[in-house]
Amino acid sequence: MRIDETDLRILRRYQADPAMAMAEMAEQAGVTLATCWRRLERMRASGVIRGVQAVIDWRRLGWEVEVSLRFTLDKTNPRAFDDFLEAAREVPEVIEIQTFLGRVDVRLNVIARDMAHYQQIYRERILTLPHIADIEALMHVAVIKDQEILPL
Amino acid sequence: MIKPHPLDGPILRGLQADATQSAKALAGDTNLSPPAILRRMKKLEEAGAIRTRRVVLDREALGFGVTVFLGVKLATKGRVSLDDFERAVAAISEVQTVQHVLGVYDYRLRVVARDISDFERVLRRRIMTLPGVGQVDANVLLSEERRPGPL
Repeated sequence: MRIDETDLRILRRYQADPAMAMAEMAEQAGVTLATCWRRLERMRASGVIRGVQAVIDWRRLGWEVEVSLRFTLDKTNPRAFDDFLEAAREVPEVIEIQTFLGRVDVRLNVIARDMAHYQQIYRERILTLPHIADIEALMHVAVIKDQEILPL
Repeated sequence: MIKPHPLDGPILRGLQADATQSAKALAGDTNLSPPAILRRMKKLEEAGAIRTRRVVLDREALGFGVTVFLGVKLATKGRVSLDDFERAVAAISEVQTVQHVLGVYDYRLRVVARDISDFERVLRRRIMTLPGVGQVDANVLLSEERRPGPL
């Protein structure tokens, strides 16, 4: 699908505030309400807009600890990635799984209620994941920006 | 912290998958009551448990082929205030997320670029020129999945 300047103008507003009233979005983007609606529908249908997701603030729900665990895997085993990812999906406290090209192979975002709970998850669920060569931990202190806006 | 409620799991799992859903849609085929779901959604929203709603776009289709995570260490802690660094880094449009962390790095950044040479431009002109920036470690994102969490 070809994206033109009109689509981009609409997308910029939509990204900034997905709950914005369609009439206001159309006005800000300089298009009619019908055009705005049609363009959004077209971008949804073609998969350019995949959806809108709620981002949970786990701290407000009592999960006080968030840690980024960066793994290097034992790549001499051809199943290392698949086995590791499959097992990581089974851990409910893992809220994000990313794979990388670089010094780090996989990163897991893990949440816990407190440090004691984190210790328990780390020992019982994380260290037991398959094919780990090395782990590095980053403790999350604060989120400064997290809208994940594309600079369109 | 908000007191947990049995409806939190179904509501938050549902809204993480699709935040545009109504209480009725969230109730779906279950025997949960839409008015009760709506009341709890409002409570969760007021308590800040839903931090934001994020539009998920097909990055590649929009011409952004590369996502890189950077671990940034500040070189001159104390001399440059964290506030200055945070303000400057958050203002860069290609920087999608900024997290203050404790460990081998001080900050974790998610950077989006059109391609590798565009990423190099952002890195050299915008990131490396930030106040106080020291060692930077880059990992190119290959895949990512978000999980619903423990509720």
